[in-house]
Amino acid sequence: MKNLLILGAGTSGTMMANHLRSKLYLNKWNITIVDQYKTHYYQPGFLFLPFDTYTENQVKKVGEKFIPMGVNYIQKKIEKILPKENKVVLEDETLNYDVLIIATGSKIAPEETEGLVGPLWKKDIFDFYTYEGSLALRNKLRTWEGGKLVVHITEMPIKCPVAPLEFAFLADSYFRKKGMRDKVDITYVTPLTGAFTKPTCSTALAYLLKEKDIHLQSDFAIEHVDNDTKEIVDYEDRRIPFDLLVTIPTNMGDEVIERSGLGDDLNFIPTDHNTLQSKAHENIFVIGDATNVPASKAGSVAHFQAETLTDNILLYIDGYPLKKEFDGHANCFIETGNNKALLIDFNYVTEPVHGKFPFAKIGPLQLLKESVFNHWGKLAFRWIYWNMLLKGIAIPFVSRNMSFKGKVFDIKPDEK
Amino acid sequence: MSVKTIAGVAVNISEEGYLEDMSQWNEEIANEIAKEIGIELTPKHFEVLNYLRDKTAAKESLTIRGVGKSGIVTIKELYGLFPKGPLKFSSKIAGIPKPTSCI
Ligand SMILES: Cc1cc2nc3c(=O)[nH]c(=O)nc-3n(C[C@H](O)[C@H](O)[C@H](O)COP(=O)(O)OP(=O)(O)OC[C@H]3O[C@@H](n4cnc5c(N)ncnc54)[C@H](O)[C@@H]3O)c2cc1C
Repeated sequence: MKNLLILGAGTSGTMMANHLRSKLYLNKWNITIVDQYKTHYYQPGFLFLPFDTYTENQVKKVGEKFIPMGVNYIQKKIEKILPKENKVVLEDETLNYDVLIIATGSKIAPEETEGLVGPLWKKDIFDFYTYEGSLALRNKLRTWEGGKLVVHITEMPIKCPVAPLEFAFLADSYFRKKGMRDKVDITYVTPLTGAFTKPTCSTALAYLLKEKDIHLQSDFAIEHVDNDTKEIVDYEDRRIPFDLLVTIPTNMGDEVIERSGLGDDLNFIPTDHNTLQSKAHENIFVIGDATNVPASKAGSVAHFQAETLTDNILLYIDGYPLKKEFDGHANCFIETGNNKALLIDFNYVTEPVHGKFPFAKIGPLQLLKESVFNHWGKLAFRWIYWNMLLKGIAIPFVSRNMSFKGKVFDIKPDEK
Repeated sequence: MSVKTIAGVAVNISEEGYLEDMSQWNEEIANEIAKEIGIELTPKHFEVLNYLRDKTAAKESLTIRGVGKSGIVTIKELYGLFPKGPLKFSSKIAGIPKPTSCI
């Protein structure tokens, strides 16, 4: 018997277990998946939890429910990967593998920024990228009386790069609904030159910030948080005051990647952009947020990657050359508040464009334009996530590579 | 892409003014690009520029964090040397492609 080992049972690992169990012979291949936690979180829901749009139970389920029959599921912490020996060390046992898939994701590292985890942490400074952070922020917002709200990104890359901007939009709607928008001043602070990570979006969507009265501070690279004056300070001594700071701390791969000597500065694993094979070891493949590929770190991207990676694992096992197929395709809904949303579709080289999706001319979803339909799409994504995505069922009509049908290339990004 | 004469040398540059071929670079070119940006280069600047060129030649991706860990300068010092966009300006002066900002 041969062993295929998957590290991490989050979005990507769970999808790979589902794809591969039905394709690898039960009498030839053992499949094992390891994760430290029992709970599988629906991370996109962490955006809605603070605003009381979702409840706790809508964003978490028991992980085991999504692991297919015939896959050995181990709940333990992964201590170290030994690529030269083809072994993985867990808390109290060591596993052998013939093929390894690393899907350990990324997580926040607030300790990377001086003063972030200080006296104000979880009092006036919050994150919403963790379940605990998102829940604590919800409780804070329920009783907050207003002041300066600063929504802030520490450094790129972060997972779901549009989530912080969506948070600012949703905060605008939330405080309007509560009848206290006049008591809240919202500032969006980013290390990038524009509010959106993609220049075409910054051009097409600049109106949104104005409409919602959100102030933009760009090119801000934080150096530390001043807990005494309640300000964030950048490397050039620019200071932005806050009463409530909602920050996206540095995102990093898990420490196990660093301990195993497999990662870059941020513990992301150097990975072939198109085949998803690790650059250092031919029997190690990497998927989702754990890779260093320059695609968005998003569940939808992991979903497209999973289709390519499944084919490549099968090719690798049979000794064929790998498909250079993955193109960085991302397909993201952006909540803009007031029950509307945008949809963007892009890849490594093509910027988001106008048009209709998934059917050329018909839609019904509009690319890069606000609509109520798109908002339903975003809410439907939760159902799709639990019922289709994790199980490795392809989303109808949406292909792994970006399609150019029905798209209009009419926006020129601002020259920067 | 177009051709521009910088410090007496005809070099290929991108729309945004980055050198297309890092082998066309020399120190005079660096000085001239820096002057356009408003930076007077010192030996410390050149240490950073050479570090960036070595990393690029080795096909490693560049980040501000990486430069901060290089042992040559801290991030704060990097901002001091190349104010307002340290990686963008230092890359331009070093004659290497524009760093791909992360998505
Ligand atoms: C606020 C927010 C909003 C988002 N919104 C969207 C959205 O709208 N659309 C979208 O497509 N995506 C969105 N995302 C991103 C999406 O959730 C992630 O990209 C996706 O979950 C990545 O999957 P993954 O399997 O790579 O990592 P994860 O799902 O994070 O899984 C990694 C797993 O590895 C395990 N692990 C790591 N290290 C160890 C160890 N040492 N030992 C044992 N186990 C370990 C972890 O416990 C975890 O279960 C959002 C994310 C956040 C935080």
